[in-house]
Amino acid sequence: MAKSLFEEKLNSDKFLVTTEVGPPKGADVSEMVHLIEMLKDKVDAINVTDHQSSVMRFPSLGGCLLVKELGGEPILQVTCRDRNRLALQADLLLAYSRGIRNVLCLTGDSIDVGDHKEAKPVFDLDSVQLLKMIRIMESGKDMGGNDLKGTPEFCIGASVHPAADFIEPQLIKFEKKVVAGAQFFQTQGIYDLDSLRRFMQFASQFQVKILAGIIVMASARMARYMNENVPGVIVPQFIIDEFAGVEKGKGLQKGIEIAARTIKAIKEEKLCHGVHIMAVGNERVVPEILEAADL
Amino acid sequence: MIVAEQKPLEEIGQMIAPYEKVLILGCGTCMTVCGAGGEREVSFLHGALQVAQARSGTNVHDFVEYTVKRQCDFEFLDLVADRISEVDAVLSLGCGIGVQAIAERFPDTPVLPGVNTSFMGMTSEWGIWDERCAACGDCRLDETAGICPITRCTKGILNGPCAGTKNGKCEANREIDCAWVLIYRRLERLGQLEKMRRYYPPRNFRTIPRPRRIVSRVKVEPGESNGQIAI
Ligand code: SF4
Ligand code: SF4
Repeated sequence: MAKSLFEEKLNSDKFLVTTEVGPPKGADVSEMVHLIEMLKDKVDAINVTDHQSSVMRFPSLGGCLLVKELGGEPILQVTCRDRNRLALQADLLLAYSRGIRNVLCLTGDSIDVGDHKEAKPVFDLDSVQLLKMIRIMESGKDMGGNDLKGTPEFCIGASVHPAADFIEPQLIKFEKKVVAGAQFFQTQGIYDLDSLRRFMQFASQFQVKILAGIIVMASARMARYMNENVPGVIVPQFIIDEFAGVEKGKGLQKGIEIAARTIKAIKEEKLCHGVHIMAVGNERVVPEILEAADL
Repeated sequence: MIVAEQKPLEEIGQMIAPYEKVLILGCGTCMTVCGAGGEREVSFLHGALQVAQARSGTNVHDFVEYTVKRQCDFEFLDLVADRISEVDAVLSLGCGIGVQAIAERFPDTPVLPGVNTSFMGMTSEWGIWDERCAACGDCRLDETAGICPITRCTKGILNGPCAGTKNGKCEANREIDCAWVLIYRRLERLGQLEKMRRYYPPRNFRTIPRPRRIVSRVKVEPGESNGQIAI
């Protein structure tokens, strides 16, 4: 039996679409609720980010509970940056007890890129160890070897960077994540399909599902900024140039067009098993992208 | 060696404010090499503090300067016992260990840290020191081709690079090499990439219940028996 609706779909041949919402900076969740309601029936699952770019926000777990309450399928993003192994396990037990079954295991961006630069980075575990930790919990034990009363079960995923400028060590890490138990991967942003093609040639030897990351950008300035400042984001020059030629105020339209075009190409070529759309602040245009990509 | 930086003059001024007679005590070992508190820095600081108090027009302090070979050993501290007994406070330019050794050896004398002890590192070029070891108590350098991921990767992660590395540099600081890129390249060069494919379990932080202590199996005594293994 599948552990979640999302896992059931992962095991099918369906072309999967996931997206993500970033929780608010503050206690007012009305906008997030609105986004979740708008997106929940249009995608297969919604990730909730965990203090993305090390910027303190409403928690991922809280966001996933909202997705659940509103009838959506959440993917809990968990990073190792802010919690040690006790807190990570506890959060996962809470998540499971409230019906959250999909977890994306991430190391987490470094504190230095965020808005609390003086905080203590934890990194008690790394992403590979976190995946393993979940599989250990599923065996009925905690990381200390003690019995758990009630065993959680999760559908777990991880991230991978097919467009990294030095791919070999990333591939080794990808393989370690597969061995540690990752069932699905959501990739970092993909712009040129060549890197994705090369990566899929390697990845297709493993029994895992790969969702290509699509980052929606809204201007040349944003593209440049992300390229320079956001960890793991590499925006090729041709994309920046494409934005630069666009008249003022039409940037987001361009972003939608590029995202839809990339998704279409991926789907037509059956390059991988789906896409993960990251609209970073422009989540409201996700339905438009899906429509433009004939999804 | 241990690397430190001298504290700002203003902070030092505030620390010494309550004391009249102050011994500025340098350390001849690591602090000399890293330019934070050797004989030269003791003398510079002495001068600077005097100028500062002349400017403020309050001639409250009386400074003495001296530099011992090592502040972290009682053996060397004993040599300055007389000087210390004559002052109201010691402004130590030794690392945090030196400061604490003084506090322990001279319980009646206040001791003030004149430097911020930063890390254990090496001299990359003169004037540039880089952290190389965090004394984790469980050295893994054989698995990582002699490059320490615990100190040189911002996240201290053990199973390979995060996705933030770009142009071989770290996501946290584009000036600094990504430790895992360095490790990969060197393992490749040594024909040992299989070491990177292994899974490394989470670190055992019990190896470092603070404060740490090492009890040597080697009998360390002055004189002839020095260097013999104790059974
Ligand atoms: S692994 Fe790194 S921190 Fe630990 S002892 Fe070795 S060099 Fe030092
Ligand atoms: S970029 Fe490299 S050194 Fe920096 S945190 Fe990531 S793996 Fe560690």
